[in-house]
Amino acid sequence: MTTFYYLLQQLINAVSIGSLYALMAIGLAMVFGILRLINFAHGDLIMVGSYTALLLLVAGLPFGAAALAGIAASTLAGLIMERVAYRPIRGAPDVSMLLTSFAVTIFLENAAILLFSPSSRPFPAPPFLTRALEFGVLRIASLDLIAIVVAGILLVLLTLFVTRTMAGIAMRAAAQDLLAARLMGVNVNRVIAYAFAIGSMLAGVVGLLWSARVGKVDPLMGFYPVLKAFVASVIGGLGSLPGAVLGGYVLGTLEILLQGLLPPALTPFRDAFVFVALIILLLFRPNGILGTTEREKV
Amino acid sequence: MAAKEQAGQASRLASWGSALVLIALVIGGLVATELVASAYIQRVVIGLGISIILVVSLNLSNGFTGVFSLGHIGFMAIGAYTAAILTLPISLKQVNLPDLPSWLARVELPFLPATLIGGVVALLIAFLVGLSLMRLSGPYVSVATMGFLVIVQVILINWDRMTRGARTFSGVPPYTTLWWVWGWVALTVYVVSRLARSAYGRQMIAARDNEIAAQALGINVTRARLLAFCISAFFTAVAGSLWAHFITSFSPKAFYFAQTFSVITMLVVGGMGSVSGSIIGTAIITLLSEALRNAERGMNLGLIHIPPVYGASQILMAVIFVLVIIFWPKGLLGDRELNLGRLFIKRRREVS
Repeated sequence: MTTFYYLLQQLINAVSIGSLYALMAIGLAMVFGILRLINFAHGDLIMVGSYTALLLLVAGLPFGAAALAGIAASTLAGLIMERVAYRPIRGAPDVSMLLTSFAVTIFLENAAILLFSPSSRPFPAPPFLTRALEFGVLRIASLDLIAIVVAGILLVLLTLFVTRTMAGIAMRAAAQDLLAARLMGVNVNRVIAYAFAIGSMLAGVVGLLWSARVGKVDPLMGFYPVLKAFVASVIGGLGSLPGAVLGGYVLGTLEILLQGLLPPALTPFRDAFVFVALIILLLFRPNGILGTTEREKV
Repeated sequence: MAAKEQAGQASRLASWGSALVLIALVIGGLVATELVASAYIQRVVIGLGISIILVVSLNLSNGFTGVFSLGHIGFMAIGAYTAAILTLPISLKQVNLPDLPSWLARVELPFLPATLIGGVVALLIAFLVGLSLMRLSGPYVSVATMGFLVIVQVILINWDRMTRGARTFSGVPPYTTLWWVWGWVALTVYVVSRLARSAYGRQMIAARDNEIAAQALGINVTRARLLAFCISAFFTAVAGSLWAHFITSFSPKAFYFAQTFSVITMLVVGGMGSVSGSIIGTAIITLLSEALRNAERGMNLGLIHIPPVYGASQILMAVIFVLVIIFWPKGLLGDRELNLGRLFIKRRREVS
């Protein structure tokens, strides 16, 4: 019995952290699918949203309002980022775009350091997020359940959006073939703005859940989530939305498995094992699990 | 024909001559730095040399083969730590690294062999890693090499008995001098520019410009990339060792994304695929960032007093970087080389 509960508990952990990775990875995948841009600065949207929420919470606003404002701030920041930094270099080589996103990251992180000082601040998460729920022997952090439920709802909404609405279909068309989509009358600028807005909004949500999870906010907080989201989207196949979700959950499971199975002396090396696993996976599936092989025609 | 050959000879002579002039100028500049410059300037010149080695060797992989590695600073870390462990005086080893394996605890090597061993270790690791990574392409290779950087970082932080973990690794003897650094600069520039013009270099460039066409010509793309990756890892590690013996105490944090970004900025500003571009880009960014760092501490401009704004230089560098990519996507030189011969002699155009 106890092993069963232990496994269940670990499964919940895996799905919960996997949900966060999946939400982040979707943001990366949407943008990559259309622009072939790996947006390293995606992680800093988390930071922008969390700081906004934190400042409003400290100012005395209720959590709901602060959370909405935080998500709005992330979304806005994502849209500005696209307009200012990425639109001028649209169509540049992949590498230039990746480097530009690096520069955007450095800009935002240092700006945050200047504004908020480099030290971290505690994130006053409301009690309903930090409680531990008990179901018989099972103890589950309410945050884990909330993360799973929120991610579930958002994924369903997102699926409806990309399959049932004009804007969603246009977005998938643009990801498949930008030129053909344009010839069919798709407004590329608007589609790209949608992709950034949705991805950034998801990042805002992740930011709140992440800050509540680690209990603090700091200017460099977006770094590890975005690194993990990268791995997730590469595991799934860059640019594939189902791949991003799959990759997120695979990565969450892999991390929890490593945490449980590695001998204690090796657990600090967990992230190294994760990346080794990624490199091995790429050897066998150079385009990720669900990625299509792009064959260049000669 | 004869006229063409003469012109060719003349320009070759001119370019040899100008190379000699350049070498003489560099040596003269170094001697002057050594003799009259302030300690601050000397440190900047040493730092510049180390950066040139880093950027020129990164260029070999990222510029010539088009495999855009984000993991090279991992090799710098390997070189730095390997060489520093080898040169650390035995008495200090007992204090700082008491848990070293016994065969290492009794070793204290001079600078050159330690640096070479650091380079060779990095080369071997690059070979092993590259066997798998060099098959990937485009953004996948960038993410995977970034994974390598994270792996190195995680190992450095947690391998306490070898690296002191996240704590500062200190007491490295300050062996690095102006002459060591610029000697290695000369060797790196020579090897990389010779390699770029060799058959191997042509293969690398062909594989970069059109992978399928290169394969159709019988070029082993993976092998060409692997060769570039290994050699550039070697020189990157050498730069790591030089840096370690220059700064003498450091922690794993020094070898992470900030350093990666700084080296890549220099590379992109100078122009990927050009050795002279790499050198020029490095010089410009080094001077600029020194100037900005000094300005950051605050200034007194007569009436106006600018307060110190720490971190502002990083922000400005990021802005400059984005502007360069927007307005000058190929960098200053693109993939052309600065040909000094042309400055001294006008090419005689033949009308045929």
